Amino acid sequence: MALLEIHDLHASVDGTEILRGVSLAVNQGEIHAVMGPNGSGKSTLAQVLAGHPAYDVTEGTVQYDGEDLLAMDPEERAQKGLFLAFQYPVEIPGVTNAYFLRAAYNEIRKARGLDEIDPMEFHDLMERRLALVDMEPAMLSRSVNAGFSGGEKKRNEILQMAVLEPRLAILDETDSGLDIDALRVVAHGVNSLKRPDNATIVVTHYQRLLNYIIPDAVHVLVQGRIARSGGKDLALELEARGYDWLTADASAYSAP
Amino acid sequence: MSASIETLVNREYPYGFVTDIESDTIPRGLDEDVVRLISAKKGEPDFLLDWRLKAYRRWLTMTEPHWANVKYPPIDYQNVIYYSAPKSVNSLGSLAEVDPELLRTYERLGISLNEQKRISGVAVDAIFDSVSVGTTMKAELGKLGIIFCSFGEAVREHPELVEKYLGTVVPHSDNFFAALNAAVFSDGSFCYVPKGVTCPMELSTYFRINSESTGQFERTLIIADEGAYVSYLEGCTAPRRDTNQLHAAVVELVALDNATVKYSTVQNWYAGDSEGKGGIFNFVTKRGKAAGVNSKISWTQVETGSAITWKYPSVILQGDNSTGEFYSVAVVNNHQQADTGTKMIHIGKNTKSTIISKGISAGQGNNSYRGRVKVLPKAEHARNYTQCDSMLIGNRCGAHTFPYIEVQNDTATLEHEASTSKIGEDQIFYCKQRGLNAEHAISLIVSGFCKEVFQNLPMEFALEAQQLLGITLEGSVG
Repeated sequence: MALLEIHDLHASVDGTEILRGVSLAVNQGEIHAVMGPNGSGKSTLAQVLAGHPAYDVTEGTVQYDGEDLLAMDPEERAQKGLFLAFQYPVEIPGVTNAYFLRAAYNEIRKARGLDEIDPMEFHDLMERRLALVDMEPAMLSRSVNAGFSGGEKKRNEILQMAVLEPRLAILDETDSGLDIDALRVVAHGVNSLKRPDNATIVVTHYQRLLNYIIPDAVHVLVQGRIARSGGKDLALELEARGYDWLTADASAYSAP
Repeated sequence: MSASIETLVNREYPYGFVTDIESDTIPRGLDEDVVRLISAKKGEPDFLLDWRLKAYRRWLTMTEPHWANVKYPPIDYQNVIYYSAPKSVNSLGSLAEVDPELLRTYERLGISLNEQKRISGVAVDAIFDSVSVGTTMKAELGKLGIIFCSFGEAVREHPELVEKYLGTVVPHSDNFFAALNAAVFSDGSFCYVPKGVTCPMELSTYFRINSESTGQFERTLIIADEGAYVSYLEGCTAPRRDTNQLHAAVVELVALDNATVKYSTVQNWYAGDSEGKGGIFNFVTKRGKAAGVNSKISWTQVETGSAITWKYPSVILQGDNSTGEFYSVAVVNNHQQADTGTKMIHIGKNTKSTIISKGISAGQGNNSYRGRVKVLPKAEHARNYTQCDSMLIGNRCGAHTFPYIEVQNDTATLEHEASTSKIGEDQIFYCKQRGLNAEHAISLIVSGFCKEVFQNLPMEFALEAQQLLGITLEGSVG
């Protein structure tokens, strides 16, 4: 059974339909890339899966690990191992990174019936994870994302992912605005966290991240639908040909 | 708004219960006879009665101030009960003689007056309506020469100290509410820390209004003699009632040469219901005089309760090199209104003041910061740093800032920073996506916002304040 099974998903924001029938299945142990031009609905898909309240799901189903994902509150989804690396990570002034992460870590443990871990234990865990994303321990005592550079914010998302060890991670344009070194760090983090029982969806506009994270499948989202799915070569084809040929297809397809 | 949040909004104020106890209550209304009656009930010396009468006569000539950014129906001062005391307190003996019903009331409020069960390191004076029901740890403090007792007891046992300092910081004629307080105040806490003594524990007063229609007019006087140090905490609650109740207190702090007074408040008076009905009208005058060289007065307040808050804990920086601090978190939810801030009056040379104000508005609450920094001609090299941040939750609340600056000396350095932010759906969603529920998310975001203030609260209080803030704001984001 697939870890994530999206069937005919429709979603809109302020009455405008953005997702217009997305179907997609992701198995454990797989990395999927969702690509597409600007405005195709890539980020919407990521946000809808995470449960952002601004989006209304109007049709379709999403099964996550055999459960109805859409019936869950966002925090419940997170507690069950769904993680979204935000395209625009949010700043929380005055709350240290370490405190925030421990709060999140403990909520997830509590939801799974495990004991909370104390600050010392947590500190050791963090030290190991920091190395993975090449971050200085000083980052932990800074406020969550406040005053972080764009690259630091993205790396911080990967650090959180490394600490929370999700079953399904969704990376929403984590590569945008990153220089090549930061891109490598992010990719290294994602690759090191890959396990047979988890899965990753990489949402991206560009092919370049996929030079470092090798996807098992690539899906192209155009005008709120998956216009084409394929292997990693599809990404290279998009790099060479752009999105126009698929956009034209999709318009033709959606015409009455 | 999800169902769980809805429940939390409607959660009751946990301290809203009423203690059923027989009280000695005087009839409603105020005239000179009432002032004399209160003074007589307390067996006061002439100087105090004279002072009260002077204040009362002055009060008659004054009008209620309306410059604050708050709206409330007219207060009928003749419809207020100015004195109410539990009958069983009259003996004023040791805590062993306190009515068990009163002890239970304080237990329910989380304040143990039982010497065996008290929180270690904190001495408590418990004020119930108009009188002090007991003070803990007096013996231990007495060994160091520290006087910590109810105001009434101080008047009886240490009249010379009361006469020397009463009204030296907040005169009887200071303002409408302070004059009213001076005329009718019934009790409060008194503290004197002698020369060179560092008070080894937190001193605290817990105020409780119980009787209906009763105003609480307590007066607190704290004196730190040369080189002394004292940290003082104040907590307050009241039953939930449909009518508004008046609270007009005065706090005076005096710090002599090289002395420090740190005063922290967690104010949790009943705020009224979600429709804005009931709640305490809190009109309070708090002021400290950093009278001596190198003296320091530090105010920290967390204001979460009351229907109306009108309060400006201030510092007169009289001694050279003296320091004044004001750290404040004021939260309004539902229909609460707060107009709060501080005054820093720089008189001495090299005086330094810091103002950190955090205003949080939710529901239809209205929060105003009002602050005055005044540098007088002789205050060479005075410095002030003011930081004033507002946070809005939802789109029906308001935040306002009214800073006043008057500088009469060219060598002064003043800085003012202000910001306004909004807890957004995105911030909450980010936290939720990491597994925190909405309640936890808000409390996290808000405590981050208030961090600089909470850092200045004593440990036990900081935790309580953080939780209280969480409760006050629960459900404010849908």
